[in-house]
Amino acid sequence: MAAQGATASRSGLRSALPLLLPAYLWLTVAIFLPLSAMVFFSFMTDLPLSGKPWALTLGNYAAFFSQSLYPTLLWASLRLGLEVTLWCIVIGYPAAYVLAKVLKGRSREAIFLLVILPFWSNGLVRIFSWAMVLREGGILDTALNAVLPFKISIDLMYSYPAVIIGLVHSYVPYMVLTCYLTLQAIDDSLIEAGRSLGASRLQMLKRVIIPLSMPGLVAGAALIFVPVVGSFMEPRILGGRTGTFYGTVIEDQFVAVFNWPLGAALSFILLAVVLVILASAAPVLRKAA
Amino acid sequence: MRMPKLTALLTATAVFTSVLTLAATAADVHVLNWKGYGADEPWAIAAFEKATGNKVVNDFFNSEQEMLTKLRTNPGLYDVVMINAAFNDQAMAEKLIQPIDTSKLSNYADISKDKAGSPMLDHDGKVYGVPWVWGLTALAINEKSFDKPPTSITEMWNEAHKGRVVIRDDAVEAVQFGAIATGQNINDIKDMEAVKAKLTSLMPQIKTFWSSENDWNQMVASNQIDIGTYWSGSADRAKTHFKLPVSLVIPQEGAVAWLDAFSIPVGSKNVTGAEAFINYMIDPKFYVEWVTKVGAPVSANTKAVEALPEDAFNRKVMGDPDVAKRIQFQAPITDAQREAYLALWQQLKVDVK
Repeated sequence: MAAQGATASRSGLRSALPLLLPAYLWLTVAIFLPLSAMVFFSFMTDLPLSGKPWALTLGNYAAFFSQSLYPTLLWASLRLGLEVTLWCIVIGYPAAYVLAKVLKGRSREAIFLLVILPFWSNGLVRIFSWAMVLREGGILDTALNAVLPFKISIDLMYSYPAVIIGLVHSYVPYMVLTCYLTLQAIDDSLIEAGRSLGASRLQMLKRVIIPLSMPGLVAGAALIFVPVVGSFMEPRILGGRTGTFYGTVIEDQFVAVFNWPLGAALSFILLAVVLVILASAAPVLRKAA
Repeated sequence: MRMPKLTALLTATAVFTSVLTLAATAADVHVLNWKGYGADEPWAIAAFEKATGNKVVNDFFNSEQEMLTKLRTNPGLYDVVMINAAFNDQAMAEKLIQPIDTSKLSNYADISKDKAGSPMLDHDGKVYGVPWVWGLTALAINEKSFDKPPTSITEMWNEAHKGRVVIRDDAVEAVQFGAIATGQNINDIKDMEAVKAKLTSLMPQIKTFWSSENDWNQMVASNQIDIGTYWSGSADRAKTHFKLPVSLVIPQEGAVAWLDAFSIPVGSKNVTGAEAFINYMIDPKFYVEWVTKVGAPVSANTKAVEALPEDAFNRKVMGDPDVAKRIQFQAPITDAQREAYLALWQQLKVDVK
């Protein structure tokens, strides 16, 4: 039986190879090679491009630990990632539940379209639209003052909340989509069974729905947390004075001073930290799932 | 039968594309410059193409470092590159640009002697950069917030403007601005601690760090800021072209001056076209049209400045000998200095979070 299974899977692999090849070739050329080059750069004193002599060094990694600046910013970015992920769950999970279990047919399609809509616009355009909404005398400020009987002044632009709003808006569709997929797969008869056995709505949520949709929640959280920790565009445009994060200092190294080695080293430290976080969270989450 | 056919097809394609590339490069002038900075004005390109038969292909950069990277990684692609004089030295040392035969440029003789003879552009008696325009990084104000324009740089620290001050997100510019505020030479900063202290006390005043002309103009248009560092040419453009309530202030303490020049990259395939383009860029006729239609910094060509009306900002204010005494031209800085400035600047930005 076992041998038979092995041959079957081997022949399966052989027939799958032509289908997999383009994707893996693409990954090798477009991601693996440049990334390995970056790993190599991160151990160099200078780029060979600039025509100066270079040597191998660990100094770029040491720079992270010798200056309090980088750990401080990394911590700030991790916190940003956590907060944005949390808000995405708070906003995205109920929406996904409604999409999967409450709405049917046409209305579901319409709402689904609204969720995916932000994906069709350019990220930079979205951020600049938020700038118009959030600033003092902007759309939000004007609209609220037109409706409310008392005068309030809303100037969220160039602040930490503005960064959170911009990032949550950009990433919440990931949470909706991943949670929708797992929520939709929950058999309605399980919910009916729970109900008929006298479970309250809260008990249903805690004992049946959340555990069964955990894989979607985890996948969504990972999809959001990782890019947010390294984000630089949203903080730079919306954050103003408070918009300095780990991602923006990496960008500075690449763009402002052409210090690719340090920029690459900082990126790989980020990658390592994120991997450690995901790895240490994995057993807990697997148990929960 | 199949293989030779395929080979023939591939060869034909290769030959065809190389012929195309050759045909395309013969009369093309590839120009590398900031976006929206004179060389890409459609009317100017049309006039130049009509006069010389060359076709202009523009490419842009967002920082001097990006410009150098583009030159390093695309040898032979560009024919003309606009380089800040402070970076000319580095570009030459890396063998990215070649000497220019100024006898081919009929307008070169009219360039003011102090600019044409700048040691930043001339090396070993050879000219590596043709001075184009110069300008200032000074202060600009939102006219709505001031009854009369301030005269001192200390206005940036005035409590009344708390949260309505901007500064560019550029480490070198910020540090040099700090040097001026503490009465030091921007090219030889002796007391870095004073600069750091001065900038630290400025940070709580700041609304945001701007990075493009558009950022600045948007914030003034929506009345979000009072004062900030700004480029002289941009302030002029904001006023004449966008009709914004912006005016430039050259503080009594001084301002940072920069000189932009055109160079020809090593490996240029169309040096003649490049020379013609550079000559056109320093021509008085182009300059006057640029200033009138769009707003521009000050031309290095004295004849071009003289062609402006008497009361033009670039002639009256920028040509004022009093201003000339106050300003300090940026000299080249080393990579180590630039990295040190960036480290200082990032620390300041983190401390204020």
